[in-house]
Amino acid sequence: MTAFPTSHLIVGTIFVLCIATTVVGALIAALTARIIRSVCGLMICCIGLAGLYYFLHSPFLALMEILIYVGAVCVTIVFAVMLAEPEETVRDENRGATLLWGGVALVVSAAIFWGLWHLGVRQDWTAPVTRVNDGSVSAIGKSLLTTYSMAFELISLALLVAIIGALAIARTGRTKP
Amino acid sequence: MNPTPLSEQPDIYFTVAALLLTIGIFGLLRRRTLIGMLISGELIFSAASLNLMAFNRFRAPDPVVGQIFVLFIMGLAAAEIAIALSIIIAVYRNYRSVKTRELSELNG
Repeated sequence: MTAFPTSHLIVGTIFVLCIATTVVGALIAALTARIIRSVCGLMICCIGLAGLYYFLHSPFLALMEILIYVGAVCVTIVFAVMLAEPEETVRDENRGATLLWGGVALVVSAAIFWGLWHLGVRQDWTAPVTRVNDGSVSAIGKSLLTTYSMAFELISLALLVAIIGALAIARTGRTKP
Repeated sequence: MNPTPLSEQPDIYFTVAALLLTIGIFGLLRRRTLIGMLISGELIFSAASLNLMAFNRFRAPDPVVGQIFVLFIMGLAAAEIAIALSIIIAVYRNYRSVKTRELSELNG
């Protein structure tokens, strides 16, 4: 069986496109002044990240990323933006101090990037000799119901407590005059 | 014989994850509203997830563990978002603002 002649080129292009989507979405999320554009940037970033998960041989997590982040988290943040209208205005602040703190933030984050990149790329990580299983969806399901069943139940409890807590917190102050 | 394709090189994933963490921390330091800081926190979560998945794919003998870990991270991030947004809305009701500079009073 022979592959389509330019298939590796197409796959490489899609991979680069996924990386570009992730990075550009993150940049939009962190740098734009309007908060609703920032939420849209987070959505774009999560779609690119789902593509990267697919390239990491995990279509299940790619689906979950789109379902949970784009479908639930971002939509919830959009609702909060509509309720709280957080507009960022830079004009009324001191320009010098803003630039100074932007520079400090840039230096700190660049130092963290350099350290993490050095650790991840320059380190001689050992590759595994054998794989226990193939990492497919059925293997994940078996693992969730045997080895990690306790954590699986606990996270459902955590989600329930989070829902009740969110309702309780958001409700206080409503009855006040 | 083709060289190793781009999507099979772990260094690229590590670099993208480090870049996501950097952008997240930069946004966290620079943002002035609570919701903006929350979005940057989500970027940091994504960076951690991508790093775990890359190590899971290329360096771990059991490829299921990382996927389940990232799944739990997603669930906890969803719970955290729900709690944090309800706190933000409660704060907005009291202060009529979610700018971090104006939230400088505590009331017991």
